Amino acid sequence: MRNKLWIFLALFLVIPVLLGTVSCAKKTVTKEEPAPVVAPAPAPPPPPPVEDKAAKAFDMAKSEFIEENVYFAFDKSNLDDMAQATLKNKAEFLKTYPDVYTTIEGHCDERGTAEYNLALGERRAESAKSFLVDMGVEAYRISTVSYGEERPTCTEQTEDCWAKNRRDNFIIN
Amino acid sequence: MIKGSGHSLRVAMVFIILLLPAAVFGQYDYIDINNPFSRKIPMAIPAFAALSPDGTDQALLKKATDILTNSLDFTGFFNMIDRGAYLLEPGNPVITSDQINFRNWTTIGAELLVTGGLSQTGSLVDIELRLFDTLTGKRLLGKRYHGTVDDVRPIILRFCNEVIMQLTGKRGIFDSKIAFVSNGSGNKEILICDFDGSRPVPFTRHGTISLSPAWSSDGKWIAYTTYVNKKPDIFIHRTVGSEKVAIEEKGINITPSWVPGQFTLSATMSFAGNQEIYLLTGSGKIIKKITNNWASDLSPSWAPDAVKMAFVSNRTGAPQIYVQDIKTGQVERLTFEGNYNTQPSWSPAGDRIAYTSMAGSRNDIFTIDLKRRQPLQLTQDTGNNESPSWSPDGSLIAFSSTREGSSRIYVMTAFGADQRRLLTMSGDQSSPSWSPNLSKY
Repeated sequence: MRNKLWIFLALFLVIPVLLGTVSCAKKTVTKEEPAPVVAPAPAPPPPPPVEDKAAKAFDMAKSEFIEENVYFAFDKSNLDDMAQATLKNKAEFLKTYPDVYTTIEGHCDERGTAEYNLALGERRAESAKSFLVDMGVEAYRISTVSYGEERPTCTEQTEDCWAKNRRDNFIIN
Repeated sequence: MIKGSGHSLRVAMVFIILLLPAAVFGQYDYIDINNPFSRKIPMAIPAFAALSPDGTDQALLKKATDILTNSLDFTGFFNMIDRGAYLLEPGNPVITSDQINFRNWTTIGAELLVTGGLSQTGSLVDIELRLFDTLTGKRLLGKRYHGTVDDVRPIILRFCNEVIMQLTGKRGIFDSKIAFVSNGSGNKEILICDFDGSRPVPFTRHGTISLSPAWSSDGKWIAYTTYVNKKPDIFIHRTVGSEKVAIEEKGINITPSWVPGQFTLSATMSFAGNQEIYLLTGSGKIIKKITNNWASDLSPSWAPDAVKMAFVSNRTGAPQIYVQDIKTGQVERLTFEGNYNTQPSWSPAGDRIAYTSMAGSRNDIFTIDLKRRQPLQLTQDTGNNESPSWSPDGSLIAFSSTREGSSRIYVMTAFGADQRRLLTMSGDQSSPSWSPNLSKY
């Protein structure tokens, strides 16, 4: 019991003195505070740099999400390997940022006929949505709309342009 | 804001039927609409004569002559003999039977003769029109009309309807109209023009994408697909007046098509997950689901008996045309040639279906008859030809064609003859829909 008392007194006297000598802030210790048994509280975390980084990361991922389309073969709505890879990225984005809601727009090239392409556009949008839901994205966060052949991104009558138009594009609501 | 089209007669027309035994001898079936090899009957139409010595505007006479000639020519039934060949005595109007020397007409090969006379008093007109068989010298039709100068076109068109009734047994199509899509305003909107492409007027002014117009059987409503709500929904709107109904279920609401003789329509909807054809009331209420298949089912088109429905399905992997019997539920495939067949349109005559078939990346119009199931190609090597729509008597087909570059509305006979452009506007025109006959005359 007496040992304990000595230890206690040592801590009581030694630590405040040590604090007084090693403190970075050039202020004098004006009074002795009842020192707690533990080490002093850590400095507050450095604020702005980390928030900038997060916002930047979101913006980049969001740009990629919006800019990367999923493409389809003629008269088809199934997802090939590249389409699935693209969608996996999109699923990751959506899972990382759970407040993001998206609309998938389904499109067709101008061949074929207008009404059939309205139906095909919807099948393409739904196809991508199913994949994302299977990857764990909540269905209520994904809307779909078909534009058939009505909103082409290019109008040349070439295989190249047609391929560009057979797409799903993703917008953030 | 939607503006209806229409022209109302300002003064009641009074017409007196000139009775003579010749006109009462039943109907002469000069023309068989269903015969593809039916020859064109040579017809002569001299210029309208002024019935009163003065007060008649020469321009009005010419306008009347042109309306009469162009309208009858539009049918494709007649071979209009060049006026340069007519044997006429200038200054001597010859319009009634007792004035006509029929040999002057048979000599130049005319078998039918139509004469017109007009007298004008201020803004009022009296019009007489007669149809003669030159070989027998018989008068087949004689009518007298009264109205204002604005009634000249409807009066002449009414007479033309009677001419066709007399010669074919079916009334003419001259009061029908054609709805179509045009993007000349910057957006795809629906417009309506007369049967011959004249007087196009806007029907929709939504400022977005509007497509697929479809006329109800009584001609009072048009159903169409529109992106007003930023997705494909169906609006049903009065052609005259502002009443409207919306079909706005989740998913797509497309390809509206009315059931003949009823205030019901069919449309493809996907709110339940699958793209199926439903039956709805004209007020937009769902009655029942018609198709029942995992595949996409769309583009319904009804037989005139309202029992059979043609439609598109990709249940074999690519779009083909099928026919479903609504009473029995039985479905059978109709098209087996070509691997992309869409846009079926059932002829009002009941015996054939027109459709669009794509080969390579080119679309062409075909018809297939229900008896022998033989496809017949009507367009070839002339750009993309799509969206066939029959005239109410089944004798003509309107369609869209890119043969000139821009997409234009074209018309041809039911067997692919006389393909010509209906009208020219800025932008591209597509998706014609021919109305039923709109007046009872």
